[in-house]
Amino acid sequence: MKRHLISAADLSRDDALLILDTADELAKISERSIKKLPTLRGRTVVNLFFEDSTRTRISFEAAAKRLSADVINFSAKGSSVSKGESLKDTALTLEAMGADAVVIRHGASGAPHRLAGWVRGSVVNAGDGTHEHPTQALLDAFTMRRRLGPLDGRRVTIVGDVLHSRVARSNVLLLSTLGAEVTLVAPPTLLPVTVDSWPCEVSYDLDTVLPKSDVVMMLRVQRERMNAAFFPTEREYSRRYGLDRDRVAKMHDDAIVMHPGPMNRGMEIAAEVADSPRSTIVEQVANGVTTRMAVLYLLLGGADLGGEIQ
Amino acid sequence: MTDAISHARGSARAVLEGPDINRALIRISHEILERTKGAEDIVLLGIPTRGVHLARRLAAYVKQFEGRSVPVGSLDVTMYRDDLRLRPARALGRTELPADGIDGRVVVLVDDVLYSGRTVRSALDALNDLGRPQAVQLAALVDRGHRELPIRADYVGKNLPTSKSEIVKVYLEENDGRDAVLLLKEDDK
Repeated sequence: MKRHLISAADLSRDDALLILDTADELAKISERSIKKLPTLRGRTVVNLFFEDSTRTRISFEAAAKRLSADVINFSAKGSSVSKGESLKDTALTLEAMGADAVVIRHGASGAPHRLAGWVRGSVVNAGDGTHEHPTQALLDAFTMRRRLGPLDGRRVTIVGDVLHSRVARSNVLLLSTLGAEVTLVAPPTLLPVTVDSWPCEVSYDLDTVLPKSDVVMMLRVQRERMNAAFFPTEREYSRRYGLDRDRVAKMHDDAIVMHPGPMNRGMEIAAEVADSPRSTIVEQVANGVTTRMAVLYLLLGGADLGGEIQ
Repeated sequence: MTDAISHARGSARAVLEGPDINRALIRISHEILERTKGAEDIVLLGIPTRGVHLARRLAAYVKQFEGRSVPVGSLDVTMYRDDLRLRPARALGRTELPADGIDGRVVVLVDDVLYSGRTVRSALDALNDLGRPQAVQLAALVDRGHRELPIRADYVGKNLPTSKSEIVKVYLEENDGRDAVLLLKEDDK
Protein backbone atom coordinates (compact mmCIF):
# COMPACT_ATOMS: atom_id res chain seq x y z
CA MET A 1 0.00 0.00 0.00
CA LYS A 2 1.07 3.60 -0.54
CA ARG A 3 2.11 5.70 2.42
CA HIS A 4 -0.79 8.13 2.09
CA LEU A 5 -4.48 7.76 1.42
CA ILE A 6 -5.41 10.80 -0.65
CA SER A 7 -7.69 9.37 -3.30
CA ALA A 8 -9.71 6.21 -3.73
CA ALA A 9 -7.84 5.88 -7.02
CA ASP A 10 -4.63 5.26 -5.03
CA LEU A 11 -6.00 1.89 -3.99
CA SER A 12 -5.45 -1.16 -6.14
CA ARG A 13 -8.04 -3.92 -5.96
CA ASP A 14 -5.73 -5.88 -3.62
CA ASP A 15 -5.21 -2.86 -1.36
CA ALA A 16 -8.92 -2.21 -1.15
CA LEU A 17 -9.71 -5.84 -0.37
CA LEU A 18 -6.93 -5.91 2.25
CA ILE A 19 -8.47 -2.89 3.98
CA LEU A 20 -11.97 -4.41 3.87
CA ASP A 21 -10.75 -7.80 5.14
CA THR A 22 -8.79 -6.13 7.92
CA ALA A 23 -11.87 -4.12 8.85
CA ASP A 24 -13.87 -7.37 8.96
CA GLU A 25 -11.53 -8.74 11.61
CA LEU A 26 -11.45 -5.44 13.49
CA ALA A 27 -15.25 -5.29 13.58
CA LYS A 28 -15.14 -8.07 16.16
CA ILE A 29 -13.16 -5.82 18.50
CA SER A 30 -16.13 -3.47 18.66
CA GLU A 31 -18.24 -6.30 20.04
CA ARG A 32 -15.84 -7.04 22.89
CA SER A 33 -16.01 -5.56 26.35
CA ILE A 34 -12.43 -4.30 25.96
CA LYS A 35 -12.46 -2.38 22.68
CA LYS A 36 -8.80 -1.54 22.59
CA LEU A 37 -5.68 -2.88 20.94
CA PRO A 38 -2.10 -1.92 21.81
CA THR A 39 -1.02 -1.82 18.16
CA LEU A 40 -0.33 1.91 17.69
CA ARG A 41 0.93 2.61 21.21
CA GLY A 42 3.29 5.56 21.20
CA ARG A 43 2.18 6.82 17.79
CA THR A 44 0.58 10.20 17.31
CA VAL A 45 -2.33 10.93 14.99
CA VAL A 46 -3.29 14.55 14.35
CA ASN A 47 -6.81 15.38 13.25
CA LEU A 48 -6.34 18.57 11.26
CA PHE A 49 -9.79 19.95 10.50
CA PHE A 50 -10.12 23.15 8.51
CA GLU A 51 -13.83 22.49 7.95
CA ASP A 52 -16.27 21.54 10.66
CA SER A 53 -17.14 17.89 10.71
CA THR A 54 -17.85 16.46 14.10
CA ARG A 55 -18.99 13.14 12.67
CA THR A 56 -15.84 12.39 10.68
CA ARG A 57 -13.51 13.78 13.32
CA ILE A 58 -14.88 11.68 16.18
CA SER A 59 -14.91 8.65 13.91
CA PHE A 60 -11.19 9.05 13.22
CA GLU A 61 -10.58 9.87 16.86
CA ALA A 62 -12.35 6.73 18.06
CA ALA A 63 -10.47 4.64 15.50
CA ALA A 64 -7.07 5.98 16.56
CA LYS A 65 -7.86 5.60 20.26
CA ARG A 66 -9.02 2.01 19.86
CA LEU A 67 -5.58 1.29 18.45
CA SER A 68 -3.96 3.09 21.44
CA ALA A 69 -2.55 5.96 19.39
CA ASP A 70 -2.33 9.43 20.91
CA VAL A 71 -4.74 11.82 19.24
CA ILE A 72 -4.33 15.56 18.85
CA ASN A 73 -7.34 17.44 17.53
CA PHE A 74 -6.48 20.58 15.65
CA SER A 75 -9.35 22.74 14.57
CA ALA A 76 -8.56 25.69 12.32
CA LYS A 77 -11.07 27.92 14.06
CA GLY A 78 -9.40 29.92 16.79
CA SER A 79 -5.97 28.62 15.82
CA SER A 80 -3.11 30.48 14.14
CA VAL A 81 -4.72 29.58 10.82
CA SER A 82 -7.38 32.21 11.48
CA LYS A 83 -4.48 34.62 12.08
CA GLY A 84 -3.20 33.92 8.59
CA GLU A 85 -0.83 31.00 9.03
CA SER A 86 -0.33 28.99 5.85
CA LEU A 87 -1.02 25.30 5.45
CA LYS A 88 2.68 24.68 5.03
CA ASP A 89 3.60 26.36 8.31
CA THR A 90 0.88 24.42 10.09
CA ALA A 91 2.28 21.26 8.54
CA LEU A 92 5.81 22.03 9.71
CA THR A 93 4.52 22.68 13.22
CA LEU A 94 2.83 19.28 13.26
CA GLU A 95 5.98 17.73 11.89
CA ALA A 96 7.99 19.23 14.73
CA MET A 97 5.52 17.77 17.21
CA GLY A 98 6.19 14.32 15.82
CA ALA A 99 2.90 13.48 14.12
CA ASP A 100 3.01 9.98 12.61
CA ALA A 101 -0.18 10.55 10.69
CA VAL A 102 -2.19 13.61 9.76
CA VAL A 103 -5.89 13.24 9.05
CA ILE A 104 -6.88 16.32 7.12
CA ARG A 105 -10.24 17.85 6.20
CA HIS A 106 -9.93 20.95 4.06
CA GLY A 107 -12.25 23.07 1.97
CA ALA A 108 -9.79 23.22 -0.91
CA SER A 109 -9.53 20.28 -3.29
CA GLY A 110 -5.94 19.10 -3.36
CA ALA A 111 -4.89 20.34 0.11
CA PRO A 112 -4.09 16.79 1.38
CA HIS A 113 -1.97 16.21 -1.71
CA ARG A 114 0.05 19.35 -0.96
CA LEU A 115 0.35 18.39 2.70
CA ALA A 116 1.75 14.99 1.78
CA GLY A 117 4.74 16.72 0.26
CA TRP A 118 5.52 18.57 3.48
CA VAL A 119 5.22 16.00 6.24
CA ARG A 120 7.11 12.83 6.98
CA GLY A 121 4.10 10.94 8.36
CA SER A 122 1.14 9.45 6.50
CA VAL A 123 -1.58 11.75 5.25
CA VAL A 124 -5.18 10.58 5.26
CA ASN A 125 -7.69 12.62 3.29
CA ALA A 126 -10.83 13.12 5.37
CA GLY A 127 -12.53 15.16 2.66
CA ASP A 128 -11.07 17.91 0.50
CA GLY A 129 -13.38 20.40 -1.15
CA THR A 130 -15.47 18.74 -3.82
CA HIS A 131 -12.67 16.31 -4.64
CA GLU A 132 -12.58 13.11 -2.56
CA HIS A 133 -13.38 11.39 0.71
CA PRO A 134 -11.77 7.96 0.37
CA THR A 135 -12.46 6.57 3.86
CA GLN A 136 -16.17 7.29 3.34
CA ALA A 137 -16.05 5.22 0.15
CA LEU A 138 -14.27 2.44 2.02
CA LEU A 139 -16.83 2.37 4.81
CA ASP A 140 -19.63 2.38 2.24
CA ALA A 141 -18.04 -0.55 0.39
CA PHE A 142 -17.55 -2.33 3.71
CA THR A 143 -21.22 -1.81 4.59
CA MET A 144 -22.35 -3.11 1.17
CA ARG A 145 -20.10 -6.14 1.47
CA ARG A 146 -21.49 -7.00 4.90
CA ARG A 147 -25.08 -6.82 3.64
CA LEU A 148 -24.66 -8.21 0.12
CA GLY A 149 -21.42 -10.21 -0.04
CA PRO A 150 -18.75 -9.64 -2.71
CA LEU A 151 -19.34 -6.55 -4.84
CA ASP A 152 -18.39 -7.92 -8.25
CA GLY A 153 -21.25 -7.29 -10.65
CA ARG A 154 -23.41 -5.57 -8.02
CA ARG A 155 -25.35 -2.53 -9.22
CA VAL A 156 -24.94 0.62 -7.18
CA THR A 157 -26.97 3.74 -7.88
CA ILE A 158 -25.77 7.05 -6.48
CA VAL A 159 -28.44 9.75 -6.48
CA GLY A 160 -28.22 13.49 -6.04
CA ASP A 161 -25.70 16.28 -6.00
CA VAL A 162 -22.77 14.54 -7.69
CA LEU A 163 -21.26 17.87 -8.69
CA HIS A 164 -20.39 18.90 -5.13
CA SER A 165 -20.01 15.42 -3.73
CA ARG A 166 -16.59 14.09 -2.81
CA VAL A 167 -18.40 11.02 -1.50
CA ALA A 168 -19.79 10.25 -4.96
CA ARG A 169 -16.43 10.68 -6.67
CA SER A 170 -14.57 8.43 -4.21
CA ASN A 171 -17.34 5.87 -4.35
CA VAL A 172 -17.35 5.70 -8.14
CA LEU A 173 -13.58 5.13 -8.18
CA LEU A 174 -13.50 2.55 -5.41
CA LEU A 175 -16.60 0.64 -6.46
CA SER A 176 -15.39 0.29 -10.02
CA THR A 177 -12.05 -1.00 -8.65
CA LEU A 178 -14.04 -3.56 -6.69
CA GLY A 179 -15.99 -4.65 -9.75
CA ALA A 180 -19.38 -3.05 -9.04
CA GLU A 181 -21.39 -1.25 -11.73
CA VAL A 182 -22.17 2.30 -10.70
CA THR A 183 -24.95 4.49 -12.11
CA LEU A 184 -25.15 8.15 -11.20
CA VAL A 185 -28.59 9.72 -11.17
CA ALA A 186 -28.85 13.48 -10.93
CA PRO A 187 -30.29 16.54 -12.62
CA PRO A 188 -27.94 17.52 -15.48
CA THR A 189 -27.02 20.72 -13.61
CA LEU A 190 -25.63 18.71 -10.71
CA LEU A 191 -23.27 16.54 -12.74
CA PRO A 192 -19.66 17.60 -13.32
CA VAL A 193 -18.67 18.18 -16.97
CA THR A 194 -15.98 15.51 -16.71
CA VAL A 195 -18.45 12.80 -15.72
CA ASP A 196 -18.09 11.17 -19.16
CA SER A 197 -14.59 10.08 -18.23
CA TRP A 198 -15.68 8.45 -14.97
CA PRO A 199 -16.03 4.66 -14.85
CA CYS A 200 -19.82 4.72 -14.47
CA GLU A 201 -23.18 5.15 -16.21
CA VAL A 202 -25.26 8.32 -15.98
CA SER A 203 -29.03 8.65 -15.93
CA TYR A 204 -31.47 11.49 -15.29
CA ASP A 205 -34.40 9.27 -14.38
CA LEU A 206 -34.39 7.60 -10.99
CA ASP A 207 -37.52 5.49 -11.53
CA THR A 208 -36.10 3.46 -14.40
CA VAL A 209 -32.85 2.70 -12.55
CA LEU A 210 -34.36 1.66 -9.22
CA PRO A 211 -35.69 -1.83 -10.15
CA LYS A 212 -32.24 -3.08 -11.16
CA SER A 213 -30.28 -1.57 -8.27
CA ASP A 214 -28.78 -3.59 -5.41
CA VAL A 215 -27.77 -0.45 -3.56
CA VAL A 216 -29.30 3.01 -3.71
CA MET A 217 -27.08 5.66 -2.17
CA MET A 218 -28.71 9.01 -1.55
CA LEU A 219 -26.48 12.08 -1.38
CA ARG A 220 -27.22 15.04 0.81
CA VAL A 221 -28.48 18.14 -0.94
CA GLN A 222 -25.80 20.55 0.20
CA ARG A 223 -27.88 23.64 0.75
CA GLU A 224 -24.75 25.60 1.72
CA ARG A 225 -23.37 25.04 -1.78
CA MET A 226 -26.64 25.75 -3.62
CA ASN A 227 -25.55 29.25 -4.56
CA ALA A 228 -26.74 28.97 -8.15
CA ALA A 229 -29.99 27.82 -9.72
CA PHE A 230 -29.15 24.11 -9.90
CA PHE A 231 -32.80 23.11 -9.71
CA PRO A 232 -36.04 25.13 -9.66
CA THR A 233 -37.36 24.36 -6.17
CA GLU A 234 -36.62 21.97 -3.33
CA ARG A 235 -40.09 20.54 -3.83
CA GLU A 236 -39.41 19.68 -7.43
CA TYR A 237 -36.04 18.15 -6.58
CA SER A 238 -37.66 16.07 -3.89
CA ARG A 239 -40.39 14.91 -6.27
CA ARG A 240 -37.96 13.82 -9.00
CA TYR A 241 -34.97 12.61 -7.01
CA GLY A 242 -36.17 12.06 -3.45
CA LEU A 243 -36.46 8.50 -2.14
CA ASP A 244 -39.90 7.93 -0.68
CA ARG A 245 -41.98 4.86 0.11
CA ASP A 246 -43.38 4.54 -3.42
CA ARG A 247 -39.94 4.55 -4.96
CA VAL A 248 -38.60 2.04 -2.41
CA ALA A 249 -41.44 -0.28 -3.46
CA LYS A 250 -39.88 -0.43 -6.93
CA MET A 251 -36.60 -1.77 -5.55
CA HIS A 252 -36.08 -5.51 -5.26
CA ASP A 253 -36.47 -7.11 -1.85
CA ASP A 254 -32.81 -7.39 -0.86
CA ALA A 255 -31.73 -3.96 -2.10
CA ILE A 256 -30.38 -1.56 0.52
CA VAL A 257 -30.59 2.19 1.00
CA MET A 258 -27.50 4.16 2.04
CA HIS A 259 -26.81 7.75 2.98
CA PRO A 260 -23.49 9.23 4.08
CA GLY A 261 -25.21 11.61 6.51
CA PRO A 262 -26.15 14.11 7.70
CA MET A 263 -29.60 13.65 6.14
CA ASN A 264 -32.18 16.21 5.13
CA ARG A 265 -35.20 14.14 6.10
CA GLY A 266 -38.09 14.82 3.75
CA MET A 267 -35.80 16.31 1.12
CA GLU A 268 -33.61 13.64 -0.51
CA ILE A 269 -34.90 10.84 1.69
CA ALA A 270 -38.24 10.30 3.42
CA ALA A 271 -38.08 9.76 7.17
CA GLU A 272 -39.82 6.38 6.96
CA VAL A 273 -37.25 5.17 4.40
CA ALA A 274 -34.34 6.40 6.52
CA ASP A 275 -35.67 4.43 9.50
CA SER A 276 -36.60 1.26 7.60
CA PRO A 277 -34.69 -2.04 7.92
CA ARG A 278 -33.31 -1.54 4.39
CA SER A 279 -31.49 1.56 5.51
CA THR A 280 -27.86 1.12 6.58
CA ILE A 281 -27.40 4.69 7.77
CA VAL A 282 -26.67 3.82 11.40
CA GLU A 283 -24.49 0.84 10.44
CA GLN A 284 -22.44 3.15 8.23
CA VAL A 285 -21.48 5.20 11.28
CA ALA A 286 -20.30 2.14 13.24
CA ASN A 287 -18.53 0.75 10.20
CA GLY A 288 -16.77 4.09 9.78
CA VAL A 289 -14.80 3.54 12.98
CA THR A 290 -13.86 -0.01 12.02
CA THR A 291 -12.81 0.90 8.49
CA ARG A 292 -10.74 3.84 9.69
CA MET A 293 -9.05 1.56 12.21
CA ALA A 294 -8.08 -0.71 9.33
CA VAL A 295 -6.69 2.23 7.34
CA LEU A 296 -4.69 3.60 10.28
CA TYR A 297 -3.37 0.14 11.11
CA LEU A 298 -2.24 -0.56 7.55
CA LEU A 299 -0.64 2.89 7.15
CA LEU A 300 0.98 3.10 10.59
CA GLY A 301 1.05 -0.40 12.04
CA GLY A 302 4.10 -1.60 10.15
CA ALA A 303 7.64 -0.46 9.67
CA ASP A 304 8.25 3.25 9.17
CA LEU A 305 9.51 3.32 5.64
CA GLY A 306 11.09 6.74 6.14
CA GLY A 307 9.32 9.27 3.97
CA GLU A 308 11.31 12.22 2.71
CA ILE A 309 10.39 15.83 3.10
CA GLN A 310 10.41 17.87 -0.05
CA MET B 1 4.10 -24.98 -1.48
CA THR B 2 5.12 -28.11 -3.32
CA ASP B 3 7.45 -25.89 -5.33
CA ALA B 4 9.14 -24.78 -2.16
CA ILE B 5 9.50 -28.39 -1.04
CA SER B 6 11.07 -29.60 -4.27
CA HIS B 7 13.24 -26.50 -4.44
CA ALA B 8 14.58 -27.13 -0.97
CA ARG B 9 14.94 -30.87 -1.33
CA GLY B 10 18.71 -30.68 -1.73
CA SER B 11 19.66 -29.84 1.82
CA ALA B 12 16.27 -30.05 3.54
CA ARG B 13 15.94 -32.73 6.18
CA ALA B 14 12.52 -34.10 7.00
CA VAL B 15 12.21 -34.21 10.79
CA LEU B 16 8.65 -35.45 10.89
CA GLU B 17 6.83 -36.79 7.89
CA GLY B 18 3.34 -38.07 7.12
CA PRO B 19 1.91 -40.03 10.04
CA ASP B 20 4.67 -38.84 12.43
CA ILE B 21 2.79 -35.60 12.96
CA ASN B 22 -0.42 -37.36 13.89
CA ARG B 23 1.47 -39.71 16.22
CA ALA B 24 2.89 -36.68 18.01
CA LEU B 25 -0.59 -35.12 18.20
CA ILE B 26 -2.09 -38.34 19.57
CA ARG B 27 0.52 -38.34 22.34
CA ILE B 28 -0.14 -34.67 23.11
CA SER B 29 -3.89 -35.25 23.30
CA HIS B 30 -3.30 -38.08 25.82
CA GLU B 31 -1.03 -35.80 27.82
CA ILE B 32 -3.67 -33.07 27.82
CA LEU B 33 -6.30 -35.56 29.02
CA GLU B 34 -3.99 -36.86 31.72
CA ARG B 35 -2.92 -33.47 32.96
CA THR B 36 -6.35 -31.83 32.93
CA LYS B 37 -8.02 -35.01 34.25
CA GLY B 38 -10.41 -35.58 31.38
CA ALA B 39 -10.25 -32.22 29.61
CA GLU B 40 -13.49 -31.11 31.18
CA ASP B 41 -13.02 -27.36 31.15
CA ILE B 42 -10.52 -26.91 28.38
CA VAL B 43 -10.63 -24.73 25.29
CA LEU B 44 -8.13 -25.26 22.48
CA LEU B 45 -7.03 -22.01 20.84
CA GLY B 46 -4.88 -22.31 17.74
CA ILE B 47 -2.64 -19.50 16.58
CA PRO B 48 -3.25 -18.92 12.83
CA THR B 49 -2.70 -20.39 10.45
CA ARG B 50 -1.26 -23.80 11.19
CA GLY B 51 -1.89 -23.72 14.92
CA VAL B 52 -5.61 -23.67 14.18
CA HIS B 53 -5.40 -26.86 12.09
CA LEU B 54 -3.36 -28.54 14.82
CA ALA B 55 -5.89 -27.48 17.46
CA ARG B 56 -8.71 -29.00 15.39
CA ARG B 57 -6.83 -32.28 15.06
CA LEU B 58 -6.12 -32.37 18.80
CA ALA B 59 -9.81 -31.79 19.51
CA ALA B 60 -10.71 -34.67 17.20
CA TYR B 61 -8.34 -37.03 19.05
CA VAL B 62 -9.64 -35.92 22.45
CA LYS B 63 -13.15 -36.66 21.23
CA GLN B 64 -12.05 -40.05 19.93
CA PHE B 65 -10.38 -41.08 23.19
CA GLU B 66 -12.65 -39.48 25.74
CA GLY B 67 -15.91 -39.01 23.83
CA ARG B 68 -15.91 -35.37 24.84
CA SER B 69 -16.23 -32.46 22.43
CA VAL B 70 -13.70 -29.78 23.22
CA PRO B 71 -14.34 -26.25 22.00
CA VAL B 72 -11.79 -25.04 19.45
CA GLY B 73 -11.07 -21.47 18.45
CA SER B 74 -8.41 -19.37 16.82
CA LEU B 75 -6.48 -16.49 18.30
CA ASP B 76 -4.78 -14.01 16.01
CA VAL B 77 -1.95 -12.18 17.74
CA THR B 78 -0.87 -9.79 14.96
CA MET B 79 -2.12 -6.64 16.66
CA TYR B 80 -0.24 -7.58 19.84
CA ARG B 81 3.16 -8.35 18.32
CA ASP B 82 6.23 -6.44 19.48
CA ASP B 83 7.91 -6.56 16.06
CA LEU B 84 5.22 -4.71 14.08
CA ARG B 85 7.56 -1.78 13.50
CA LEU B 86 10.20 -4.03 11.95
CA ARG B 87 8.18 -5.13 8.93
CA PRO B 88 5.46 -3.68 6.70
CA ALA B 89 1.95 -3.96 8.11
CA ARG B 90 0.65 -7.48 7.70
CA ALA B 91 -2.80 -8.86 7.09
CA LEU B 92 -4.74 -9.93 10.12
CA GLY B 93 -5.60 -13.55 10.86
CA ARG B 94 -8.86 -14.73 12.28
CA THR B 95 -9.85 -14.61 15.92
CA GLU B 96 -12.80 -16.84 16.74
CA LEU B 97 -13.66 -17.77 20.28
CA PRO B 98 -16.01 -20.59 21.24
CA ALA B 99 -19.50 -19.36 22.07
CA ASP B 100 -19.01 -19.86 25.84
CA GLY B 101 -15.89 -17.73 25.85
CA ILE B 102 -12.76 -18.45 27.87
CA ASP B 103 -13.65 -17.18 31.34
CA GLY B 104 -12.80 -19.77 33.97
CA ARG B 105 -11.62 -22.30 31.37
CA VAL B 106 -8.23 -23.90 30.94
CA VAL B 107 -7.00 -22.47 27.64
CA VAL B 108 -4.49 -24.56 25.71
CA LEU B 109 -2.72 -22.39 23.15
CA VAL B 110 -1.63 -24.42 20.12
CA ASP B 111 1.11 -23.36 17.70
CA ASP B 112 3.24 -25.17 15.16
CA VAL B 113 6.72 -23.96 16.09
CA LEU B 114 7.91 -22.57 19.42
CA TYR B 115 10.99 -20.40 18.89
CA SER B 116 11.70 -17.03 20.55
CA GLY B 117 8.52 -17.16 22.63
CA ARG B 118 7.42 -13.75 21.43
CA THR B 119 4.35 -15.03 19.64
CA VAL B 120 3.25 -16.72 22.85
CA ARG B 121 3.81 -13.52 24.80
CA SER B 122 1.58 -11.69 22.28
CA ALA B 123 -1.01 -14.43 22.66
CA LEU B 124 -1.01 -14.01 26.44
CA ASP B 125 -1.61 -10.27 25.98
CA ALA B 126 -4.41 -10.96 23.54
CA LEU B 127 -6.05 -13.40 25.96
CA ASN B 128 -5.95 -10.70 28.61
CA ASP B 129 -8.25 -8.54 26.50
CA LEU B 130 -10.63 -11.39 25.76
CA GLY B 131 -11.36 -12.72 29.21
CA ARG B 132 -9.91 -14.37 32.27
CA PRO B 133 -9.02 -18.03 31.83
CA GLN B 134 -8.50 -20.17 34.91
CA ALA B 135 -5.13 -21.25 33.50
CA VAL B 136 -3.24 -21.08 30.22
CA GLN B 137 -1.16 -23.93 28.83
CA LEU B 138 0.91 -24.20 25.69
CA ALA B 139 1.19 -26.97 23.12
CA ALA B 140 3.69 -26.80 20.26
CA LEU B 141 4.29 -29.32 17.50
CA VAL B 142 8.01 -28.43 17.39
CA ASP B 143 10.14 -26.74 20.02
CA ARG B 144 13.27 -25.51 18.30
CA GLY B 145 14.80 -23.64 21.25
CA HIS B 146 16.43 -20.18 21.26
CA ARG B 147 13.94 -18.65 23.66
CA GLU B 148 14.14 -14.91 24.20
CA LEU B 149 11.52 -14.84 26.94
CA PRO B 150 10.89 -17.01 30.02
CA ILE B 151 8.27 -19.16 28.29
CA ARG B 152 8.08 -22.93 28.05
CA ALA B 153 5.64 -25.35 26.45
CA ASP B 154 3.52 -27.78 28.49
CA TYR B 155 3.14 -30.20 25.58
CA VAL B 156 5.73 -30.65 22.85
CA GLY B 157 5.44 -32.85 19.76
CA LYS B 158 9.15 -32.88 19.05
CA ASN B 159 12.12 -31.17 20.65
CA LEU B 160 14.33 -30.13 17.78
CA PRO B 161 17.77 -28.69 18.53
CA THR B 162 18.48 -26.17 15.78
CA SER B 163 20.99 -23.51 14.96
CA LYS B 164 19.65 -19.99 14.54
CA SER B 165 20.66 -20.04 10.90
CA GLU B 166 18.34 -22.97 10.23
CA ILE B 167 14.69 -22.69 9.31
CA VAL B 168 11.90 -24.97 10.47
CA LYS B 169 9.02 -25.33 8.01
CA VAL B 170 5.79 -27.02 8.93
CA TYR B 171 3.50 -28.30 6.19
CA LEU B 172 0.01 -29.50 7.04
CA GLU B 173 -2.44 -31.39 4.88
CA GLU B 174 -5.22 -28.82 5.42
CA ASN B 175 -3.05 -25.96 4.25
CA ASP B 176 -0.25 -27.35 2.12
CA GLY B 177 -1.47 -30.70 0.85
CA ARG B 178 0.97 -32.79 2.87
CA ASP B 179 2.13 -33.38 6.42
CA ALA B 180 5.81 -32.70 7.09
CA VAL B 181 8.25 -30.79 9.25
CA LEU B 182 11.42 -29.84 7.38
CA LEU B 183 14.68 -28.41 8.60
CA LEU B 184 16.29 -26.11 6.04
CA LYS B 185 19.53 -24.18 5.85
CA GLU B 186 19.01 -20.43 5.66
CA ASP B 187 20.09 -20.12 2.04
CA ASP B 188 17.39 -22.61 0.98
CA LYS B 189 14.66 -20.27 2.15
